[in-house]
Amino acid sequence: MSIETLQSYWYIIVSLLGSVLVFLMFVQGGQTLIYTIGKNEEERKMLVNTLGRKWEFTFTTLVTFGGAFFASFPLFYSTSFGGAYWVWMAILFPFIIQAVAYEFRSKPNNFLGQKTYEWFLIINGLLGTVLIGAAVSTFFTGSEFSINKTSMINLTDPIISRWEGPANGLEAVLNWRNVALGLAVFFLARVLGTLYFLNTIADENIRKRSKKHLLINTIPFLIFFLSYVIALMVYPGFAVDPLSGTVFMEPYKYFHNLITMPGVLILFIIGVMLVLAGIALPLLGEGKRGSTGIWLAGPGTIFTVLALFLLAGFNNTAYYPSTYDLQSSLTIHNSSSSHYTLTAMSYVSIMVPFVVAYIWYAWKSINNKKIDAAEMKSESHTY
Amino acid sequence: MIESVDLSTIDWSRAQFALTAIYHWLFVPLTLGLSFLIAIMETIYVKTGDPEWKRITKFWMTLFGINFAIGVATGIILEFQFGTNWSNYSWFVGDIFGAPLAIEGIMAFFLESTFIAVMFFGWNKVSKGFHLTSSWLTAIGANLSALWILVANAWMQYPAGMHFNPDTVRNEMVNFWEVLLSPVAVNKFLHTVSSGYVTGAIFVIGISAWFLLKKRELLMAQRSILVASIFGLITSLFLAFTGDGSAYQVAQKQPMKLAAMEGLYKGEKGVGLVAMGILTPGKKAGDGKDAFLVKIEIPKLLSVLGYRNTDAYVPGVEDLIQGGFKPEFSPRPAQESAIAISVEEKINKGRTAVTALGIYKEAKAVDDKAKSDSALKVMKENFPYFGYAYLNKPASAIPNVPVTFYSFHIMVALGVFFILLFIAVLYALKKKVLEKQRWLLWLSVWTIPLVYLASQTGWIVAEMGRQPWVIQDLMPTMAAISKIDASSVVITFFLFAAVFTALLIAEIMIMKRQISIGPKEGGTK
Ligand code: HDD
Ligand code: HEM
Ligand code: HEM
Repeated sequence: MSIETLQSYWYIIVSLLGSVLVFLMFVQGGQTLIYTIGKNEEERKMLVNTLGRKWEFTFTTLVTFGGAFFASFPLFYSTSFGGAYWVWMAILFPFIIQAVAYEFRSKPNNFLGQKTYEWFLIINGLLGTVLIGAAVSTFFTGSEFSINKTSMINLTDPIISRWEGPANGLEAVLNWRNVALGLAVFFLARVLGTLYFLNTIADENIRKRSKKHLLINTIPFLIFFLSYVIALMVYPGFAVDPLSGTVFMEPYKYFHNLITMPGVLILFIIGVMLVLAGIALPLLGEGKRGSTGIWLAGPGTIFTVLALFLLAGFNNTAYYPSTYDLQSSLTIHNSSSSHYTLTAMSYVSIMVPFVVAYIWYAWKSINNKKIDAAEMKSESHTY
Repeated sequence: MIESVDLSTIDWSRAQFALTAIYHWLFVPLTLGLSFLIAIMETIYVKTGDPEWKRITKFWMTLFGINFAIGVATGIILEFQFGTNWSNYSWFVGDIFGAPLAIEGIMAFFLESTFIAVMFFGWNKVSKGFHLTSSWLTAIGANLSALWILVANAWMQYPAGMHFNPDTVRNEMVNFWEVLLSPVAVNKFLHTVSSGYVTGAIFVIGISAWFLLKKRELLMAQRSILVASIFGLITSLFLAFTGDGSAYQVAQKQPMKLAAMEGLYKGEKGVGLVAMGILTPGKKAGDGKDAFLVKIEIPKLLSVLGYRNTDAYVPGVEDLIQGGFKPEFSPRPAQESAIAISVEEKINKGRTAVTALGIYKEAKAVDDKAKSDSALKVMKENFPYFGYAYLNKPASAIPNVPVTFYSFHIMVALGVFFILLFIAVLYALKKKVLEKQRWLLWLSVWTIPLVYLASQTGWIVAEMGRQPWVIQDLMPTMAAISKIDASSVVITFFLFAAVFTALLIAEIMIMKRQISIGPKEGGTK
């Protein structure tokens, strides 16, 4: 395969991992609702346990997203992580405390107390979603960095990528568009969280409150999401001249991308429709249909986010633009691994369907019944 | 003003990496070893149908779960830290180093986390056979996680299967199999996972011994000790064997690390192995002082371990700095095997390579083919010394000798001790006197911290012994860092130190309580 094909292939894979990650952040969204929806210890136990059976997937997807980005676009990995140091640290930190919170929460003699571990979950749900959303938004709004590969010749200062922003990445939150996407992701995660509760918990009170908070969170989600998308369409974007590789600002760039790539447009529209349908199902219908919203909104989220990533990287666009020095911007061509590595990795990616299949199979065999209060008492391993 | 990197950023980044890696490594070995022990115990349960074995399996599984969670928590920082704190490194070798990390996520982590769920939640929901398979797959998944990251680490010690591309200014992979199957990687993997098995065995024996001392759960304790001490004896012998293999690789590929491990300043033929010794404090290379205050030596053994030859010449720190000897290891490039050159010359060659790279880049920019070709030739000839260019004096090529020396000797001494312990426990068990040998039981309990010590010192040998290199000969730490303020790294260092320490305390407290509750069904409250 040609290097261009491989670069596109890997950009799609990484984007897919990113989209699946946003969907799986229903765990984080759900975590922020444990006190809102769970009004007593028993209810909270059900909420935490139903989330606790999925948190590792979100976590592992985040780790794999990082690893795959490193392997396929190392210049992104080194520039963004090394430069936007504080944003990434602020994202990672809540994931450390999340990882122990489930296992340690209800264990006797747990040093910090059950409440602390519950707050760990809430902090993770809040910071994880908002900051990951804001970080993704910089794919469209740009960051302040410069890259000079000949730095290696300078024996006293050989560093290739430099961050020129004042706060090592935290300056991203000064841009209202980044904040808007961050909040959109936050409220979407909460929406997905309620849909997940409706799908997995058989308890009247929890279901009633989940529905209420589904509605409450849908409204801000729509406001932030729509304003972000509208801004995206009207702001200029970071275009690349395919012949010379020069990066320049192009008015309505992302709108142009959307109409020149009808496939992405369709993906985006279907995605948004599915999310809306998934939200509508439980609000309109009772009974069995009312609990399957996650099965529409989940894939809908994946499609929508995937479409956004493709808008950022395809059709001669710089996916990680620098506002400090346009020519330092990263494109899928100037930041990727070598032909050999991308090929080797592509063989590995053939494993992915098998991985998905065994995850599916294993979960199907242990998870055929909704969680209820009785199970919390009989099950030998609970959180 | 000439800009230069902030030296304290290097030190704090190193400290932060060491801190997070050491914490991660507190939990990983137990995951590696205990997962196999659990799978073995469950196999016995399925074969015999004896419910006591199920209770035993579940007890150890509860402890496994507590340890696993915090292992995952500490791992995520490591994954991203290559980018956040070692960004230049991530570009310079990301083309090779990234792949194992990605493969680890795709294959191993998902495998492990899926089957752990079956292990914990599947008891009453899936068939016995499926559950047992999941327990084995959890163990295999954990070991696959270890495989890929260790391949990556081995590659840093011995870069293979790649070439330098001057246009992208980075190293690129040319042979995946050379990366995966390099002798350093194979040895490192086998030695490291077997250290995890030994850790698991000692953990199980120590805790079971505590039950025997308290006269509780006698059946469970004896059965667990039996399984663990057989497993431990086999794996600890293998551990010593692969440790010898690792030392052989170090001698061949990182002679400076070997010299530091042995406190050997002046080389000679037929060198002995220092079994025990105290280094002269304040000893510097070339100051003529005796390296040891006291030592007990086994004649010729170092030559044998390093080169499989009683009379082989082993170079010391000073010889490696000054050159001028005929090496028996396989230096890079191979032409150096006639006579070793000094570090000073290596620094010059490294600088020649870097300068040639600059000329190449300039000539390329103006399309001067003749000039760029000749510069490229010079660059390629001197590339094996590329990293030396960044060293400011030959002495920078020397790692911290005392730390490396003592760490190595602690690890090896403990390795021998563990083998003896497994034999003693097995013997006492066979003679049916174990319960009465209270000293042996207490010794087993107190060996638990020692196995962690052995494991940590092993990593200190491997990682501090290779200083100043991040990538052996190609990239020193100072050229590997990110352009960030030392103050940022200081803050994150203390944040991690505080959080990890709090979580460690929580883990130990929970673990202790769960152990004292004992193997009730499930083990939770
Ligand atoms: C329970 C822990 C444990 C024990 C008892 C031993 N080791 Fe070990 N050793 C490790 C745990 C370990 C480790 C943590 O797994 C290391 C760190 C890096 C690595 O590759 O494995 C290691 C590294 C390591 C290295 C450095 C490898 C390198 O720099 O790449 C050598 C030469 C040895 N070991 C040799 C031995 C010998 C001869 C032992 C005698 C029995 C021994 N080890 C016991
Ligand atoms: C989990 C077990 C590990 C432990 C306990 C450990 C320990 C250490 C220590 C003590 C240092 C600091 C050395 C110094 O600079 O003074 C260090 C540095 C480092 N280690 Fe490890 N290490 C481990 C695993 C790894 C692995 C698996 C990798 C690579 C995949 C790795 C890569 C590095 C890097 C990049 C540095 C920083 C550069 C340097 O200062 O040498 N380590 N590690
Ligand atoms: C410095 C390099 C390392 C990095 C970047 C790293 C990364 C990680 C990450 C991100 C996780 C969490 C995985 C999850 O989502 O479930 C993890 C867990 C794990 N790692 Fe590491 N790791 C490193 C060193 C090591 C070493 C040296 C070993 C073994 C020899 C190891 C073995 C494991 C195992 C077995 C687990 C799963 C269970 C547990 O955490 O207890 N890792 N690692």
